[in-house]
Amino acid sequence: MWLFDRDLWREVFNTLSKNLFRTFLTMLGVIFAMIILMLLLVSANGMSNGFNKIFAGTASNSLFVWGQSTSEPYKGFERGRRINFRLEDASILKEQIPEIEVLAPRIELGSHRAVVNVYRKGRTSGSSVYGDYPEIDDITKKKLVEGRFLNQLDIEDSKKVCVIGEETFKLLFDKNEKAIGQEIRINGVFFQVVGMYKPNNNINIDGENAVFIPFSTFQKAFGSGDRMGWMAISVEANTPVPMVEKEIKKLLKNKYDVSPADERAIGSFDMSEIFNNISAFTTVLKGFSFFIGIFTLLAGVIAISNILLITVKERTKEIGVRRALGATPKVVKRQIVIEAIVLTAFAGLIGFAISVGILSLLDAQWGSGDDFPFKNPMVSIVQFGFSFILMVGLSVLIGLIPANRAVKIRPIEALREE
Amino acid sequence: MIKIENLHKSYKMGSNSLHVLKGINFSVEEGELVAIMGSSGSGKSTLLNILGMLDGLDEGSYILDGVPIKDLNETKAANYRNKFLGFIFQSFNLINYKNAMENVALPLYYQKVGRKERQDKALKYLEQVGLKDWATHLPSELSGGQKQRVAIARAMAAEPKVLLADEPTGALDSTTSYEVMDLIQKINDEGNTILVVTHEPDIADMCKRIVHLKDGVIVEDKKVKQVRASQYV
Repeated sequence: MWLFDRDLWREVFNTLSKNLFRTFLTMLGVIFAMIILMLLLVSANGMSNGFNKIFAGTASNSLFVWGQSTSEPYKGFERGRRINFRLEDASILKEQIPEIEVLAPRIELGSHRAVVNVYRKGRTSGSSVYGDYPEIDDITKKKLVEGRFLNQLDIEDSKKVCVIGEETFKLLFDKNEKAIGQEIRINGVFFQVVGMYKPNNNINIDGENAVFIPFSTFQKAFGSGDRMGWMAISVEANTPVPMVEKEIKKLLKNKYDVSPADERAIGSFDMSEIFNNISAFTTVLKGFSFFIGIFTLLAGVIAISNILLITVKERTKEIGVRRALGATPKVVKRQIVIEAIVLTAFAGLIGFAISVGILSLLDAQWGSGDDFPFKNPMVSIVQFGFSFILMVGLSVLIGLIPANRAVKIRPIEALREE
Repeated sequence: MIKIENLHKSYKMGSNSLHVLKGINFSVEEGELVAIMGSSGSGKSTLLNILGMLDGLDEGSYILDGVPIKDLNETKAANYRNKFLGFIFQSFNLINYKNAMENVALPLYYQKVGRKERQDKALKYLEQVGLKDWATHLPSELSGGQKQRVAIARAMAAEPKVLLADEPTGALDSTTSYEVMDLIQKINDEGNTILVVTHEPDIADMCKRIVHLKDGVIVEDKKVKQVRASQYV
């Protein structure tokens, strides 16, 4: 097995170390190419991780549905009729559309994005107030700093409890006060604070100045009956959200006597669309940077092939002597290809080590900061392995050029060369 | 040992071809020391190249130690060269970044002889040419005569059937030349078959037989009384 042939390796290193400076210069191309490839990949990965960070906590396969006003007359109804969902819609939808995983109805005090005065000990905050089911936490995750989120018991007992945002806390409490266990007043009803969440720099549908109370409590306290503002819905993985969205709308249009052609009566927002766009963007970016990197690498490997061609030319006579002494073309070829592989692999590893150094330096400097657009800027083992194998593969292919040149030299011509 | 019949060789030079060897008939018995003489252009180097399987023949037959040498591809030629032939060149052709011992061991490497055995053999042949103490020296640290002796050791290392020497003394002064010839004679005394290409009559006289080439044909083939080189050393 040639791989363990000590003499072969000695031959290879002997020839490579004959002109160390030139060998180093040759390797420089591949070293830089490897650094560029790694940094490009890392940037793309880091950017993709950064996006993921922004979207962390929001179920990607989710949509939101709410009622608006009709834009077309239908079944004797005039246009401009307001569509108000009822709580029963939630169970109807869940029952009829099996793809729905979680459905969290929500109601908002006042009109959409309205500000309600929340009181506490003479202070007020203009906050959004939502009646919610605990399931909402599965769709838009809240980062709790203290206490807990709403739970099933709160709903069942219609407990007068609430979860508040950090902004709301700042408006209603002193800095060093404890919010948990304290009471706040909304429209004359007192609620006990059981949890506080903090903004998490990512997609925030509810705003930070908000108060969440159990849906059932909302109904009783504010007399909303069975009205429902909107629904947050997550669908099963691998089910396209637009398909479910269509079904939901069809069902609701039918129920509320809305023209099937009316695009405005029921509003919806498909989160998956954003995710898909962004993941498509990052995929393209990754592919593109890989493409550029690989071609840079190719350029580096070609430089190695070039220098090996020169070496072959210089060693014409030596190769002739070797062949006169009984070196078969295969042996000559193998040595040159191995030289190409050794040069490339070694240079690639150096480049890799340097880029890892640069990255850990960057990471130490900015890595943990929230403002850093990249998160975890590292390449995966797979990416590295793939680049490395590709690089060595290229070097074999390209090493064959000087190797074949060396074999083509006939020993007699090689010996004649002075 | 060597049997050549009706050997023709021509080279293409652009549109016209140059007929270098025009029907050579020639045989060498085991243990002979043959000088091939001729002026430049006589075809002596071409003959040696064909004998050394460094070049192919156009017409005729070549039998080496009972093996017909024909239809050679490069791999086969390399294996035959390795097995049958040892080369000694005018310009020594040592590999300059390998020390004397490594140079001598090189043909054995291509015979896939183990490392230890290679070194032992290389040292043995270096000792035979009187350069055992120089085993670890690079060619650049050796004199011309020493280099040629290393080259001779290298040619012998593979224990070939025939040694082919192409102007072995061409790059050496006369004293050193005689030393090298003395060595060649001693190797011949042990029964090795050696062919020496030379254009120097005094070197040719140190062989046992002289073959004269002129314009691609053998004009003279005579046995001579060997002049021993040792008397000049």
